[in-house]
Amino acid sequence: MTEEEDRVEYADQNNALRRQFDPVLTEPIPAQMFMKRPAWLDYARAAVLVGAGVAVGLALPMLQPTPPNAAVLVTPLPIRAARAHMVYSPEVRHPVEVEAKEQEHLVKWLSKRLDLQLRVPLLASEGFELLGGRLLPGIDGPVAQFMYQDPTGKRLTLYVTKPHKGDELTAFRFAQEGKVSVFYWIDRDCGYALSGELDKTQLARVASSVYRQLEP
Amino acid sequence: MDYQLIVPYIPNLRRYARALVGDRDGADDLVQDTLERAVRKFHLWRPGDLRAWLFSIMHNVFVNQLKARKIAPEVEIDEATIAAPIPTANSVDVLDLQRSLQSLAPEQREVLLLVALEDMTYAEVSTALGIPIGTVMSRLSRGRERLRRLMAGEAPRSGLRVVQ
Repeated sequence: MTEEEDRVEYADQNNALRRQFDPVLTEPIPAQMFMKRPAWLDYARAAVLVGAGVAVGLALPMLQPTPPNAAVLVTPLPIRAARAHMVYSPEVRHPVEVEAKEQEHLVKWLSKRLDLQLRVPLLASEGFELLGGRLLPGIDGPVAQFMYQDPTGKRLTLYVTKPHKGDELTAFRFAQEGKVSVFYWIDRDCGYALSGELDKTQLARVASSVYRQLEP
Repeated sequence: MDYQLIVPYIPNLRRYARALVGDRDGADDLVQDTLERAVRKFHLWRPGDLRAWLFSIMHNVFVNQLKARKIAPEVEIDEATIAAPIPTANSVDVLDLQRSLQSLAPEQREVLLLVALEDMTYAEVSTALGIPIGTVMSRLSRGRERLRRLMAGEAPRSGLRVVQ
């Protein structure tokens, strides 16, 4: 086979593998993956309990080990963003709550709700115009979604949220959820995810423009 | 807390494990063992690429599991030596993707899946699996070629070729 044929063949292989296995990403995570506490945590907890027991006597039953914290059951940011993309990007009549022509109001409103000074990146140079934005429920507070569209009707969404407790600070990364590609990064104040059904290279170009505009 | 840093990677670890091991229970056992080991060894992690570190732990656990089943994973299996059970070109029995994957040598499967599913670079795969980049590349190309042939229902290249 020629190199070109190889390249196409291998891209097909990647796609086939993703199609087959990507659904695992969204399967509910078995509880024991959270519940089985690390051994050191048990030791630490035991030590605390023994210490407390010595201090206050053995009479206080409320010092039983508490069940593991359910708050660690967090869907990763790129998956949250991709799901929001899948829900709203196909909308024909109501893709956004506030349209781009009211951009100033849009940014003010979402900034206020998220308690963050939001900025909307301009992606016209990449061929995408702002359609507008909407407010979404996040895990523990509001999330903003901005939507862009290119002349062929292809849509991108930018998901902006305060970092949730389980979100790891991360530099620029890529994730894939079904057909939706996501570039995301999480800094101290804010998590961003750009989602779209574009191939990775195309999306990377747009995402790096977003990144440059938001992280000067 | 350590564990919260690891949690976001669980879906990716599960996807990779499912493809690597083939069945759901076996795969989730691999993930579970990996998570426990990662937590035990977390103090050894130096801030850097947490994903590659987690996948390297999964690799070690996987290798141990293979050893426990008395399969030697570190032996590079020559394609010709495992060509026998594969259907030939005129077979209508084209293997499906999952079965084809499982008939790759485990070390080829690991490299192929880290590249295809996790989108890792050769350097990242090299770190995760603890092998030189050249080995990553040769395993990848052999794995890809073999998978292609299996999916096409062809016998992999061997010393003997059918001449039309």
